[in-house]
Amino acid sequence: MFPTPIEKASPFVQTAYKVVLPIALILWLLPLIGVAMTSVRPASDLAAGNYFGIPSGFDGIQNYTAVFRDSPIGLYILNSFKVTIPTVIGAVALSCLTGFALAVYKFKGNLVLFFLFVAGNFIPFQILMVPVRDMTLRAGLYDTTLGLVLFHVAFQTGFCTLFMRNFIKGLPFALIESARVEGVSEWRIFRYIVLPLMRPAIAALSVLVFTFVWNDYFWATVLVQGQHAMPVTAGLYSLNGQWVAAWHLVSAGSIVAALPPVAMFFLMQRHFIAGLTLGATKG
Amino acid sequence: MTQAVSPQPSFWKKNQQKLAPWLFLAPGLLMFVIYVLVPIFESIWISFHDWDGLGAKVWIGLGNYAELLQDDAFYTSLKNNIIWLVLYLLSIPAGLAVALFLNQTVPGIRLYKSLFFFPFVLSQVVVGLMFTWFYAPDFGLFSKLIEEITGQQIAILADERFVTYGIIVAGLWPQTAYCMILYLTGLNNINPEQVEAARMDGAKGLKLLWYVILPQLAPATFIAMVVTVIGSLRSFDLVSIMTAGGPYGSSQVLSYFMYEQALSEYGFRMGYGAAIAVVLFLIMMIFITLFIVRMIAQERNA
Repeated sequence: MFPTPIEKASPFVQTAYKVVLPIALILWLLPLIGVAMTSVRPASDLAAGNYFGIPSGFDGIQNYTAVFRDSPIGLYILNSFKVTIPTVIGAVALSCLTGFALAVYKFKGNLVLFFLFVAGNFIPFQILMVPVRDMTLRAGLYDTTLGLVLFHVAFQTGFCTLFMRNFIKGLPFALIESARVEGVSEWRIFRYIVLPLMRPAIAALSVLVFTFVWNDYFWATVLVQGQHAMPVTAGLYSLNGQWVAAWHLVSAGSIVAALPPVAMFFLMQRHFIAGLTLGATKG
Repeated sequence: MTQAVSPQPSFWKKNQQKLAPWLFLAPGLLMFVIYVLVPIFESIWISFHDWDGLGAKVWIGLGNYAELLQDDAFYTSLKNNIIWLVLYLLSIPAGLAVALFLNQTVPGIRLYKSLFFFPFVLSQVVVGLMFTWFYAPDFGLFSKLIEEITGQQIAILADERFVTYGIIVAGLWPQTAYCMILYLTGLNNINPEQVEAARMDGAKGLKLLWYVILPQLAPATFIAMVVTVIGSLRSFDLVSIMTAGGPYGSSQVLSYFMYEQALSEYGFRMGYGAAIAVVLFLIMMIFITLFIVRMIAQERNA
């Protein structure tokens, strides 16, 4: 183990480590703690210049109620779900198929296609912006959640394919071979042999794609204009413009907008990290 | 795709193995081609035109590119992109440092690791708002601190000298968290025998880290490099939220410059925007190619 386990160090170092740990954490999360405290601050604190001190009282309930009452943030959150959930289902489903095809079959162009998906994942969004916006407009999907879903599904399929293909490559190939010998059709091999083994990969990808798409801001501003379809990232930005200096409300809004992916992360932490660190351990 | 019922082995039965991969690929590939592959070429095509997004496209050849070379905002963006790229790479050693700090087994360490990782889960919009507020003159915590130390107020996001660095620091926060988690996973999988053997030989501290640990962490470092380089060149959200490229365009980066030209209140200049996007695309293609070449080499060895 590296660095040397702290248990082997002197009692002084051990104690020092345990003291430094929480201090480091507080410093690290300082911006977040500031926002969380301000979201429960009475408005009078801000007027009095008390931005980062201890709140003079607890107005959390008023602030959060105000955010939902005085702004369309409820609608924005709903829109974000309307974009994110179908995208997760679509991208994961499509990439189960593509990942299976690229992992199991040997055919000409296999590697080329695979690296096409991988490379597509790295390109700047701006190179897609004008044509995708134009296409969405012409299809009548501009300013709709469906327009966003279709784009996100297509784009996330690149990343998901990389992930799924590598995952399926790690499964024992003998399972598939013996099924083929028995005359099981390719579809049934996929459906009844491989798919059940893919559960961990599906879980990991679902939480990752959920977070990526929920947090998307660029496409939310490019493909949506009106409140009725606006996801919460773009919505929060426009609220920030309206609530100048109402930092207690902006803070509460930020916390609300951040909550779903945060909850997802803490609930599915193991899968989340397994997904993110894929490839970080082996060549 | 049920088994065909026919006396002779049907066409499907004979060719199942050959056709199956393409049927599995079809839906995903179709979406990918429509929304990712074709638009790249369309953008390149549009970049040779003058186009407001509605009327007819007017062919102007390399006109947009010629204009770009005369545009001061382009050079500012390019310069800022380079600053982003270089400074963003700091998240890799920073992430390694945090990972080494947290790679212990004291009670509650799991929770600490999760909370250190936390910034990565937040949307960049939220991160941007947090830091804007952190930097706010008069009351922001960071401004207060600077005032204590230097005796004068500095409005980071309104000062052309500091604005880009201020935004990059906001970006480094979640990026460091990401690199940290990569390295924590890497450290978890290190070969303990090699470490012990090196320790027997008297290696310790930085020497041990450099010669024994880091080589074993190479895969994590590679992924951290890929994601950090790509992330730095893609930076859009933070610039848009914290400064909208200001003050006076001094915190522009290519991605935001492109967006502003193509879709701004000053009018839709899709052709010019597409040209900027093509330049950014070509810059990123250098890195993407390097990464892919290495990945292909790994694939061959596997």
